[in-house]
Amino acid sequence: MSRRVAVTGIGIVAPGGIGVPAFWDLLTSGRTATRGITFFDPSGLRSQIAAECDFDPAAHGLDAEQIARADRYIQFALVAGEEAIRDSGLDLAAENPWRVGVSLGTAVGGTTRLEHDYVLVSHGGQRWDVDHREAGPHLHRAFAPSTLASAVAERFEARGPVQTVSTGCTSGLDAVGYAFHTIEEGRADVCIAGASDSPISPITMACFDAIKATSPSNDDPAHASRPFDADRNGFVMGEGGAVLVLEELEHARARGAHVYCEIGGYATFGNAYHMTGLTAEGLEMARAIEDALGQARLDGTAIDYVNAHGSGTLQNDRHETAAVKRALGAHAYETCMSSIKSMVGHSLGAIGAIEVVACALALAHQVVPPTANYETPDPECDLDYVPRVARERRLRNVLSVGSGFGGFQSAVVMTLPREKTL
Amino acid sequence: MSASHARRAAVTGIGVVAPNGTSTDAFWKATREGVSVIDPITREGCEGMPLRVAGQVRDFDPPSAIEERYLVQTDRFTHFAMAAADRALEEAGLGRADTDAAPFSVGVVTAAGSGGGEFGQRELQQLWGKGSRFVGPYQSIAWFYAASTGQISIRGGFKGPCGVIAADEAGGLDALAHAARGVRRGTDVIVAGATEAPLAPYSMVCQLGYEELSTVAEPDRAYRPFTSAACGFVPAEGGAMVVVEAEESARDRGAPVRALVAGHAATFTGASRWEESRQGLARAIQGALEEAGCAPEEIDVVFADALGVPEADRAEVLALADALGPHAGRVPVTAPKTGVGRGLAAAAVLDVAAAVLAMEQGVLPPTPNVFDVCHDLDLVTGRARATETRTALVLSRGLMGSNSALVLRRGAADAS
Repeated sequence: MSRRVAVTGIGIVAPGGIGVPAFWDLLTSGRTATRGITFFDPSGLRSQIAAECDFDPAAHGLDAEQIARADRYIQFALVAGEEAIRDSGLDLAAENPWRVGVSLGTAVGGTTRLEHDYVLVSHGGQRWDVDHREAGPHLHRAFAPSTLASAVAERFEARGPVQTVSTGCTSGLDAVGYAFHTIEEGRADVCIAGASDSPISPITMACFDAIKATSPSNDDPAHASRPFDADRNGFVMGEGGAVLVLEELEHARARGAHVYCEIGGYATFGNAYHMTGLTAEGLEMARAIEDALGQARLDGTAIDYVNAHGSGTLQNDRHETAAVKRALGAHAYETCMSSIKSMVGHSLGAIGAIEVVACALALAHQVVPPTANYETPDPECDLDYVPRVARERRLRNVLSVGSGFGGFQSAVVMTLPREKTL
Repeated sequence: MSASHARRAAVTGIGVVAPNGTSTDAFWKATREGVSVIDPITREGCEGMPLRVAGQVRDFDPPSAIEERYLVQTDRFTHFAMAAADRALEEAGLGRADTDAAPFSVGVVTAAGSGGGEFGQRELQQLWGKGSRFVGPYQSIAWFYAASTGQISIRGGFKGPCGVIAADEAGGLDALAHAARGVRRGTDVIVAGATEAPLAPYSMVCQLGYEELSTVAEPDRAYRPFTSAACGFVPAEGGAMVVVEAEESARDRGAPVRALVAGHAATFTGASRWEESRQGLARAIQGALEEAGCAPEEIDVVFADALGVPEADRAEVLALADALGPHAGRVPVTAPKTGVGRGLAAAAVLDVAAAVLAMEQGVLPPTPNVFDVCHDLDLVTGRARATETRTALVLSRGLMGSNSALVLRRGAADAS
């Protein structure tokens, strides 16, 4: 298979910045978008903080019917998709729609609306025999997770392979990876890829409270997400959506498209260890990195930047540091690694795609976004985590990794097109 | 990668937990005999629902199949998935010793259309009825769509590529195709399929918005595709997992190659736009035939999507004619799901299980409850039909707009 896959458009809805310019500005400023929850009254919860999007769907071009039908996470994908398509310069009307696919990830899909309508039909959690007459008209669309890819495919008239990927917190990386393989294997020429989640609701906050995975730093939300810092105490919930236009490289070149980078390789493995736990060794993530590097025909020493999963839990930070050392060897100390979750929180399934967009921008600008809030080193985590300040650096090949509940360990390698690296 | 065309993906084991049988033997016997098990919904809390009948798994005792520590942290859909995976691996002759020897060579792929609805409803009731500190520690891992893949991977020690297609109905076939591609890319074994448990009260409420849903209360009249009495589909729970394995891996260990996953293609034509699904399904069939290197005349049986909505049924018949030409009028078509209902992404995986068994046994199962077919279609009705079957085409369409087609070839000894 000699088909190569290019990223030709990107779009994003993220906390602290809707649209690519605002997002990149946030990432390079080192500011954080984490704050006290405003969507509902969080009192009673252990973690009362989140990275929320200040998102007005009408201001981003969605009409009243779209807003009523589409759950918030789907609105994110529609708006990010619009930006990505515009950015790519692709004239979808001129494309063969059967050769255009969609691959979008989400971890919890329509949970927010499912919870909203549940409260109505159960009369506030009072009855098991719920009253169907109280349900809203769009509930079935929230129930079906495939509504995400379906809504985006309908909007952009894609008729090729359309799928929603839901592998917990690696959904975004995996959705991009599936899209990459779809084009590489010749099943589509263009794929609208990415992920979206809007999980900031009582049930999702409560279920992570129950396992103490989220940060309880309610009195200092701006500094609550502290990946790799010795004082980290859990992740900060986020939300958002990111969409990329992936395109077969010759297809992109034939129309003179701007190519941000290529997707060089993607792999995922299970750790077969624990639904929420991670090993100290990072063997399976290392394997995913090695496999993705192999597909890209790169040695580990070629990696100029690692975009970390970096959720800010003790076990993640140590697992991931070990995995990167295992896969890159001594080069792990030469390259650099940062976590944008320090700034935009952890938007579950969406974040993997948001991080792929961050990597595309890092390559485009030759700038590495920092790990905000990183102050006190953890002796077990001794790599260069790009503390607090963005850094100019020559970047040709970057790696993005992720871990998810269920044991998923994924890696995506992104490279500048060869003619650009000269 | 040159491996992609050299390696063929085989089916070496089937595990079924279905309304009409919780073992492969029981499932096949009921399917072959055309037994309909659709019956009134008796689940607690569903009494006032306008939806009256479904395919319910009644003969399944989770504690006898699954260890307590996995049971407590999982929903019913994952109970089905773990049990079905066990049975599929057992049929394939793959024991813990085999898979432990090469854990990265075994992956897991599931499709999931409904998630852990019963578990989720219980925890929502705790949260909203009592307070957030009453939400249990397993809500974060039981409700989400990835639960079954994760638990099968952990329980079996499988570290290969793991994936989840959060899907409408067609996702069942897409998951099997994803597994087959994983095998072609180099993984030896992928346990793949779908199970669903969408019959908890709140999950049922969530589905009432589908206008394609049948609300007829008589079990034998509620789901009758391809007839003038077609009035929608009946939901179901349960599903199947199959072992998709590299043909050479199966041959090396002396395991029977029961079928080959020969071709697949998927298209999208929009939610509930059934007329347009004609073109989408026809293209999916053509794509699957092309990948399989299969002429239309080689198809010996079609397992139809059979939605039971008049315009959708018509679109499917026309799609077959578009894609198979004159052969569409001759090839036997069947839809055993009319006897068990349609369990979201799991329905098509059960069809794949039935297709593999039909090819092995040389018997086409019938379409229960369907008699007066109003289309130009050789639908297998009434009794099973004995016929030599080498190649099967399985079709599925989803309520959110996906169309998928899968070509299976008989694998048995005659292929070698």
